[in-house]
Amino acid sequence: MLEILGQLAQGFLIVFEAQNLLLIIGGCALGLFIGAMPGLGSVNGVAILLPLTFLVPPTGAIIFLAAIYYGAMYGGAISSIMLGIPGASTAVATTFDGRPLAKQGLADKALIGAAVASFVGGSISVVLFTFFAPPLAHVALVFGAPEEFALMMLAFATFVGLGSDDIFKTLFSICIGLVLSAVGFDIISGEPRLVLWDITGFLHGVNFLVLAIGIYGIGEMLWTVEEHALGGGKSMLSEATVSVARTFAALRELVKTWKSTVMGSLLGYFVGILPAAGATPGSLMAYGIAKQISREPEKFGNGAIEGVCAPEAANNAASTGSMLPMLTLGIPGSPTTAILLGGMVIWGLEPGPRLFVDHSEFVWGLIASLYAANLFTLLINIAFIPVFIKVLKTPFTILAPVIFTLCLIGGYAPTQDMHDVWLMIVFGIVGYLMRKLDYPLAPAVLAIVLGPLAEPALRQSLIISEGSFMIFFERVYAGPIMVVALLLLFLPVFKMIYDRVRKPQAERNAG
Amino acid sequence: MTVRTAELLMAIMMGAFSIYLMVKSAELPIGWIEEEGPGGGSWPFWLATIMLISCGGILFNWFRKKGRIATSTKTYIESHVLGDVAAVAGSLIITVALFSFIGIYGALPLFLVFYLRFLGKHSWGLTMTLAVVIPVVIFYFFEITLKIILPKGITEPFFIPLYKIFL
Repeated sequence: MLEILGQLAQGFLIVFEAQNLLLIIGGCALGLFIGAMPGLGSVNGVAILLPLTFLVPPTGAIIFLAAIYYGAMYGGAISSIMLGIPGASTAVATTFDGRPLAKQGLADKALIGAAVASFVGGSISVVLFTFFAPPLAHVALVFGAPEEFALMMLAFATFVGLGSDDIFKTLFSICIGLVLSAVGFDIISGEPRLVLWDITGFLHGVNFLVLAIGIYGIGEMLWTVEEHALGGGKSMLSEATVSVARTFAALRELVKTWKSTVMGSLLGYFVGILPAAGATPGSLMAYGIAKQISREPEKFGNGAIEGVCAPEAANNAASTGSMLPMLTLGIPGSPTTAILLGGMVIWGLEPGPRLFVDHSEFVWGLIASLYAANLFTLLINIAFIPVFIKVLKTPFTILAPVIFTLCLIGGYAPTQDMHDVWLMIVFGIVGYLMRKLDYPLAPAVLAIVLGPLAEPALRQSLIISEGSFMIFFERVYAGPIMVVALLLLFLPVFKMIYDRVRKPQAERNAG
Repeated sequence: MTVRTAELLMAIMMGAFSIYLMVKSAELPIGWIEEEGPGGGSWPFWLATIMLISCGGILFNWFRKKGRIATSTKTYIESHVLGDVAAVAGSLIITVALFSFIGIYGALPLFLVFYLRFLGKHSWGLTMTLAVVIPVVIFYFFEITLKIILPKGITEPFFIPLYKIFL
């Protein structure tokens, strides 16, 4: 306990270095902006801006990207409330009551509610994070190759078992991500492998950033072109009256919503830890439960402030929660943290529990920065609400070419090979076409990041066991993890059988 | 083309791609090598096999008309959307193709002018300002600060004096 506080204090010393402080404030403001723009969320921002962070040392880079992640979670609420369009998928639940409040002329109340609830969600989750992470990392220190592989199986299994997408399409997405990560050289024999169509550019592999920027940059923008149309849709911006007196009145009223805010924070945090779940389902669940525990559930959907607070607390808490497995186990809890994890590899850090031992300044700098980012985002958000509302008027046709430019250069910068830029365009267009057919793409991004870690883990395990898969079931930690993973993987099958058995029975009972 | 047709075509294409990946993986040993462990091609081979099985599953659902996508008779990409998306995607492809010839500082302004003026219908003033400012910022940030040299094509000689000043 004392040890943790000591390390946290060290982290704060890193955070208060002038450069890092500037990176946090800049990241928060940029994140708020990215989150507020419809069509752009934390994952797009982090993917597109990751190549820019080669400028600063790893600790500064992760602090900056984490601040963007954080800010985007706050920012999503702004367009949900003001435009009725979620600024990011994580803010969908915020539209349910945020939009009605804005239509009643209470946009400022909703915005302040969202900001304060985000702050509470962020604070509760970051405290939980501080005290959960070190023990978990400590346990994980004994993990060997079989445990690592079992954990990755668990991460993928959550997409199949808990994700709401088509199971075959989810499986396809996971496997294509893993196969793409195997392109280049066989790590053990050193032979060239999967040099597709014998194009030499594939010899250096498929960089995860190329896929991530392709899907979350190019593909996402094409998607937005479709939704918004190039002419720029008509503005549905609500009016907001902001004054100090009204702010204090709103704050006083918010005290009454503490129950749903705290509930949303806790729920969001634990849902956020799961790779397939994350902030979007977390916030939707928080909304549902807030409605159930409310004394006036009929007000939900017509402008209940709890309906804004609960999901906003949950999505911020989830973003912190998703960093827990990323830092301690090396398994990302969300697409955004998958990209952060890939970034860590580029910066030369080896993800996993050893980070706490070998790079404690990196880990604790990041954790302390979350406290700071949380506070700064609240302050920036409340102080500049009118500015962010104006930002929403920026035409999409100005923003889009700027983002495309960043994507093209971001795809080129890491390897400085035009092959990667072409590949990124292909991923963007194919990803867009697949997304239109409901292929989930997040599992592919997670897989291409985890692939280079999963393959050696599997092969080393099999070498230890001389080819027996039982090694994954016989070990103290790997066994239970693998069993849970398999249960999740076959959950859809169990459900199908259950439905088959149950339905005829119900019909018989009815008849 | 309806969504249902697109679903079929995509599943067939991805199935074919899976088979290609399986064949390509099999260039390396895919079985167990004594004293060594799994062969270098085994990991991608079995994953590509799962991809192929998944495509089979998608096709199976397509034939028995199960699921929202497999039964949808909506147009896959509406014609007015297709024009916009094709214009944007096409301009990106042309821009990237031009990178190797007239360089990033030749292609990028053209792209920005096309997007802002002709797709976005913004004023010439705004268009030209952004078409000049963005490449300059990119040059400062990437080439000078990060020391990442971007493709120049035939414009390379014009940058030599600049390199002398900044690098």
